[in-house]
Amino acid sequence: MDFSQIFMVMAATIAMTFFLGRYRALKLGQATGGRKSLNSLPTYYGSLMAMWCGIPCFILLALWMMFDDVIISQAIMQELPQAVLELPTNERGLIFNMISNTAENGARAGAEPYMVAAAERLQSLRETSQLTLIACLASLFLVIMLVVWAKMSAKTRARSQVEKGFKWLLLICASIAIFTTAGIVFSVLFESIRFFQSVPLTEFLFGLEWSPQMAIRSDQVGGSGAFGAVPLFAGTLLISAIAMVIAVPAGLMAAIYLSEYARPAVRSAVKPLLEVLAGIPTVVYGFFAALTVAPFIRDTGGLIGLSVSSESALAAGLVMGIMIIPFVSSLSDDVINAVPQSLRDGAYGLGATRSETIKQVVIPAALPGIVGGILLAVSRAIGETMIVVMAAGLAANLTANPLESVTTVTVQIVTLLVGDQEFNSPKTLSAFALGLMLFTITLVLNYVALLVVKKYREQYE
Amino acid sequence: MTNSNGTLSTAEKVNKSLQKRYRAEKRFRAYGISAIAFGLLCLVVLFTDIISKGHSAFFQTYVKLDITFDPTEMGVDDPTDANQLATADYDSLIRNALKEQFPEASGRRDRRALYAVVSNGAAFTLREQLKENPQLLNQTVPMWMLADDDIDTYVKHRDDAQGDTFAGRISEKQMGWVDTLIDNNQVESRFNTTFFTSGDSREPEQAGILGALVGSLLTLVVTILLSFPIGVAAAVYLEEYAPQNKFTDFIEVNINNLAAVPSIIFGLLGLAIFIGFFEMQRSLPLVGGLVLTLMTLPTIIISSRAAIKAVPPSVRDAALGLGASKMQMVLHHVLPLAMPGMLTGAIIGFAQALGETAPLLMIGMVAFVVDIPGAITDPATALPVQIFLWSDSPERAFVERTSAAIMVLLAFLISMNTLAIWLRRRLERRW
Repeated sequence: MDFSQIFMVMAATIAMTFFLGRYRALKLGQATGGRKSLNSLPTYYGSLMAMWCGIPCFILLALWMMFDDVIISQAIMQELPQAVLELPTNERGLIFNMISNTAENGARAGAEPYMVAAAERLQSLRETSQLTLIACLASLFLVIMLVVWAKMSAKTRARSQVEKGFKWLLLICASIAIFTTAGIVFSVLFESIRFFQSVPLTEFLFGLEWSPQMAIRSDQVGGSGAFGAVPLFAGTLLISAIAMVIAVPAGLMAAIYLSEYARPAVRSAVKPLLEVLAGIPTVVYGFFAALTVAPFIRDTGGLIGLSVSSESALAAGLVMGIMIIPFVSSLSDDVINAVPQSLRDGAYGLGATRSETIKQVVIPAALPGIVGGILLAVSRAIGETMIVVMAAGLAANLTANPLESVTTVTVQIVTLLVGDQEFNSPKTLSAFALGLMLFTITLVLNYVALLVVKKYREQYE
Repeated sequence: MTNSNGTLSTAEKVNKSLQKRYRAEKRFRAYGISAIAFGLLCLVVLFTDIISKGHSAFFQTYVKLDITFDPTEMGVDDPTDANQLATADYDSLIRNALKEQFPEASGRRDRRALYAVVSNGAAFTLREQLKENPQLLNQTVPMWMLADDDIDTYVKHRDDAQGDTFAGRISEKQMGWVDTLIDNNQVESRFNTTFFTSGDSREPEQAGILGALVGSLLTLVVTILLSFPIGVAAAVYLEEYAPQNKFTDFIEVNINNLAAVPSIIFGLLGLAIFIGFFEMQRSLPLVGGLVLTLMTLPTIIISSRAAIKAVPPSVRDAALGLGASKMQMVLHHVLPLAMPGMLTGAIIGFAQALGETAPLLMIGMVAFVVDIPGAITDPATALPVQIFLWSDSPERAFVERTSAAIMVLLAFLISMNTLAIWLRRRLERRW
């Protein structure tokens, strides 16, 4: 039996208590003169019972799952020979892994005797722990059930208690957003602080060289990599700028045409088609950029005598721009539609043509919203990962030439963290520092964008 | 209309400038049309590119060889003994058949090139055949066998004008042999069932997407089971219960921010919390599902809130007026009415989650997994990650498989989005 099975059995048992509670309520009702004498509907009594039995049992199970492995491994570790205990932490971890492998798959030939003994001990501890858990759960469940059964009366305010529980459940679900943000901030922040202990913040922010290769041994000379993030940010900005040069005019003009000129039939046909572009996964764009657009640009550049890198910033930026077109266009569409018709009518009444109305009345009125939308699009471009991982390079060049290969923050995070890695080396930790920067930048951009949009909204409502 | 002193009247000025203004109007319109045309052109180019690259992956070349099930060569004397069948040497049977057909190939290099015509997975086909029909032993039978990926590519593109582009991977001699086989009608192109029924492989001709697809679906199931109930509950709280205070504002700010956080940051969160802190294994659909849940939650909460908002207050008032409690009002009246809208938003969110790659890379779903996962706690990869992995492979046969996998992924996404639109059209009510 493992945890998932225990969980299933427990969930089923607790579901049964619902019927038990309802039955109890009906009995109580019969004793005191029919269902009408009950405070709440019988189903509420059932839910109440399930709630009271369920919550403590689930909490116990969750706590057990969290701490059981830690306690058992501590117990095993203490019994290992002195020589093993003196090893550094990561080697001890390795030995523990071997022990737990032995416990699960049986002893391999040539395993050291102390390991086999520890494995047997581990196995027996695990079994004991599980039996204890089942016993604890069962007794807790029985005690609570009997107490609730005994205390339940026709006057129990079952409905109000269940509704209170329901409200708390909803509140917890809503708070997950807070926990997620906190989780992001802490996970990124802690690792970043550890990173900044070995690499100074100023070097990271202002250093012009990025080569995160680290020494294999700690006493190796000259093996400390360079962690200057400026080339990464420059590369990110270059690619994002190319993307915006494509996406902003195309997206904005498409939105203007669709909302001001196009007939309803055209609009309802073209708009979903453009939005298909937004629904295509980024990995598909990455494939398209790396295998079609980049070779095309390289070959075209070769024809007119330009040397274009096969992982040029231009290819990645171009495809990213295509991806962002629908994003810009749907955001601008919303704000353009929110401009009151009376403003347009006023301009027409003064004899302005349609394009003059749009350029001199509608766009200025919608400008804050459009700017907000563009800022959101920039934050999308900066955080975009797959296109650049597949189509942009790995070399951290500090250049403004779109035909050369550059790398971005997201590319580096992916290359540093994919595959096996040690949690402690600055190389791995630097990815979290980059993540912190990325998170901060997108947060600021979103905040500014929302501020701009909010200001606009107040003008007409 | 003209003033006596000879200057132009306003009307004349306007008339004079009209031409110019109309031209500007036309230009502006043309900009709009070209912007839309550009967008649509990109869409068309993207789809044609993927389809033209990928359609050939749905077919696979097979080669017919006369195989002699020679007991001494294989080391099998009892074809019903599973142990013997498992260890038997089937490769030598294929080699003998090839040698017999092309005796001119002599010398180690030529031989090796000759043996490379047939996929090294063909031995499994022979084993299965022999297992089913033990009487095949000692007989010579024509058998269709999977061709190697380079041969497959050559056969598919033999008639193309640019056929020599990938000649680099197959030698002149191999081409000659394949041409002979084609002339003898020993080569056939069949529907590529392997692609849909097997897991990943280093050999393109044996690689399939089933493993990645199942991994994706398992991940998606975890995401759906967690994010939909939690998202709806959060939306109900914020719309129906939340008091107007700082805490509620804080929740809302957090949700709006999370909606715009880059997906890779969620990957970092998953790596640090689920794998680093809770010490879960890497590459599990369970962990992937948890990360994608956190990522899609804001989308689902926001769309569910919009759907709940669209339910008119009169419905709530009526329910409360008839004596329903708040929970009854929410569960019996508001949620059923808001459900179509919430489902539409949720399906669009799930489609996003299905296409997401970056966070899954962070939690190690890039591992090379051959087995098809059977549970959310088996190591697995996901379809978008498989696309990423294959797109990195140098073999040309992987390019067409990558495109084909993209076609499968897009088919899933398009059907999910169509379902969402259909649901909206079908069930949404206007109040």
